[in-house]
Amino acid sequence: MYTEKVMDHFQNPRNVGEIEDANAVGTVGNAKCGDIMKIYMKIDENHVITDIKFKTFGCGAAIATSSMATELVKGKTVEEALKLTNKAVVEALEGLPPAKLHCSVLAEEAIHAAIEDYCKRTGVTFEGNKKCDGCCGSCHHHHEEHEEE
Amino acid sequence: MIYFDNAATTAVSPAVRDAMLPYFANNFGNPSSIFYSLGSDAKREMENARKTVAECLGCDSKEIYFTASGSEADNWAIKGVALKSGKKHIITSAIEHHAVLHTCEFLEKQGYRVTYLPVDSDGLVSPADLENAITDDTALVSIMYANNEIGTIQPIKELCDVAHKKGVPFHTDAVQAVGTLPINLQDLGVDMLSLSAHKFHGPKGIGALYIKKGTKIERLIHGGGQEKGMRAGTENTAYIIGLAKALSDATANMETKTAHIKRLRDKLVKGILDAVPYTILNGHAEKRLPGNANFSFRYIEGEGMLLHLALSGFAVSSGSACASASLDPSHVLLAIGLPHEIAHGSLRISLGAENTEEEVDAFLETLPPIIEKLRAMSPLYEDVLRKEN
Repeated sequence: MYTEKVMDHFQNPRNVGEIEDANAVGTVGNAKCGDIMKIYMKIDENHVITDIKFKTFGCGAAIATSSMATELVKGKTVEEALKLTNKAVVEALEGLPPAKLHCSVLAEEAIHAAIEDYCKRTGVTFEGNKKCDGCCGSCHHHHEEHEEE
Repeated sequence: MIYFDNAATTAVSPAVRDAMLPYFANNFGNPSSIFYSLGSDAKREMENARKTVAECLGCDSKEIYFTASGSEADNWAIKGVALKSGKKHIITSAIEHHAVLHTCEFLEKQGYRVTYLPVDSDGLVSPADLENAITDDTALVSIMYANNEIGTIQPIKELCDVAHKKGVPFHTDAVQAVGTLPINLQDLGVDMLSLSAHKFHGPKGIGALYIKKGTKIERLIHGGGQEKGMRAGTENTAYIIGLAKALSDATANMETKTAHIKRLRDKLVKGILDAVPYTILNGHAEKRLPGNANFSFRYIEGEGMLLHLALSGFAVSSGSACASASLDPSHVLLAIGLPHEIAHGSLRISLGAENTEEEVDAFLETLPPIIEKLRAMSPLYEDVLRKEN
């Protein structure tokens, strides 16, 4: 049901863990829906994400999308990270089953939530930061759909 | 692959396969074509199969009707009685298989009223609740014999007596019980019982409905006069013979097999509860199917566990939402009172007679590190550890 790439990131997730002195932490999703993603970032004075870690409660796709999303924004600037779409995460994973697309949405939102936290802490603002109400079942954001096959 | 998913389905046994094979090609006659031996032989063997099934279940062979599945048997029992009775109320439980639940939901759309009886934290339906739910308009009570997810066995005889005292017919979906638990229909007293061959080493695509003599029921499938005019469609002779052979084999040495399965299951349950903290065993401690174990591992989601177990060579099942297409976890786990987040992290293991102690030992070595790995990346577990320290 999953692509090789998804299985690779599920079995060997990149960037799992916490960052003790993180200056950007975001959590999205909720346990009731079965997915929670928490992202830790270390962002330097040039707004570059120098380190990123995640912890995820969720299915195989949730773990794989968290892993891929962190890989995609690591070393990027905050502005670049904000341009990350769920579609890009899905493409990098070479596809997700339709029922699992919400996991990629959650990954995108987790990145945004961490950056929002960074904005709050530093007083800096960036354009294009989206907000997430927490439950993917009630998500009304217009994320791009990208179905496998 | 180590197969721990016997509640999902079982392999056709070699003996069953051998019993079926002649009826695909050589003995292919239509049991309705009784004027030549090819047809009359098929008819005779089919009726012998019906007798075997009746003997295994303690009823008259005229009360056994073959269907294409357990789901068809459930549909027939519920719709058939609802249509015939003229009454508009049905009582069932919150933890039924979807073959019963979705049939009842369909009837609700046709103007019937349905009561879904709650269950306690062990998954048991209360006879008092049933008694209170019955009205003058109640057409049928349908409560499953044993639950497919948590294994809980209902007090069917007691529940059936409650319904009968008020003159209401009683159906039980016994798909998980037949072939596993000793059943005597004369003692049990139910009016209808559904069963399915592939749960006890028979083929998929064949089931049966027991309909007690005198039960008022409408037919579901119209057409020819097969099954005494009650279920049209040329009989699936090979599969009917396979069902009967499988049931007679399952019944023959049930006690020995049950003892073996139960011993393995108990070892597995103890091993997991000892090795993995924050684990809940779902279902009743004693009143449960011998091969069933259902756990909730807190702070993790079930699908990841299933994937890791599959990669390690284990076939098991989960009640998690992510293992299905919906966002909701198992209705059974929610009905026994588990909160969503705990229900998401559930695992069902269903052992069969072919499983060995070595397989259980291998599982006990494989599972704990998987849970540990998933918990290590769970933000929920992080909070728990923080509180503990």
